Amino acid sequence: MSSAAAKKPRPKYLSLSALLFEIRLPLPGWVSILHRISGALLFFPLAAWLLYLLDASLASEAGFERIRAGYLQAPLVKAGLLLFIWAYCHHFCAGIRFLLLDLNRGIELRQARASSVAVLVVSLALTAVFGARLW
Amino acid sequence: MVNRVITGAHYGMRDWLAQRVTAAIMAVYTLIVAVIVLMNTPLKYAGWQALFAQGWMRVATLLFMFSLAWHAWVGVRDILMDYIKHDGARLTLQVFTLLLLGVYVGWTVQILWR
Repeated sequence: MSSAAAKKPRPKYLSLSALLFEIRLPLPGWVSILHRISGALLFFPLAAWLLYLLDASLASEAGFERIRAGYLQAPLVKAGLLLFIWAYCHHFCAGIRFLLLDLNRGIELRQARASSVAVLVVSLALTAVFGARLW
Repeated sequence: MVNRVITGAHYGMRDWLAQRVTAAIMAVYTLIVAVIVLMNTPLKYAGWQALFAQGWMRVATLLFMFSLAWHAWVGVRDILMDYIKHDGARLTLQVFTLLLLGVYVGWTVQILWR
C-alpha cells in the first residue's frame, strides 16, 4: 500500500462543517444546485404569486392600477419580484446550458466551467437590468 | 431479448424527453412575451388587456401553462425522490404537487377566458 494514501486520514462521514467549509462545490455544481433551488421556488410559491398578479391586473383597469401603482411599489413586493426575476433568469440560462450539454455541446472541462460562469453572470446581470427598470 | 431490470412502471425516457420539449416551448414563449412587453413599456391596462384578448396569445399562454405543469411535475418529483425517503410522506407531497399544478392550469383557464 502506498504510504501517501495510508497516512492521509479520510473522513468517514460528512459533517455539517465539512459540507459548509471544507468541500468546495465546483462551478458547474453551483449552477446545478441553483437550477434545482430556483426551479423549486418557481413551482411554489412564485408561480402562484405570478398567477395572482396576472389575474388581478387583467380583471379590470382598477385592478391593474392597484397592482401597478400600489402593490408593486411596496419594497417587500419589489424584493419578491427581484427574487422571481433572478430565479427565472437563472433557471432559463442554466436550462439552455443543460440542453446544450444533452446535445454534447461544451462537455469538455474548460468549456463546461466557462459556460457555468456565463450562466451565473448572465442571470445576475439580467436580474440587475430588470431590477433597475423595476425601481 | 434485452435483459432489463424491473425498476418501476417505466424507465424515465419519456419524462426526460418531455421535460426538455416543454422547456423549449416555455423558452420560446418567454422570449416572445418579453419582446412584446419590453417594446410596450410603460405598460398600460388597454395594451395589457388587448394582448391577452388575442386568440393566439390565449392559446400560447395555455400551452405554456400545460408545459409548465408537465415540466414541473417531472422536476418536483425528482426533487421529492431525492430528498424524501419516507414513502408515505413522499406520496403525500407528490399528490399535493399534482393538485397544485392542476390548480395552476385551472386558474390560468379562468384568467384567460373570463
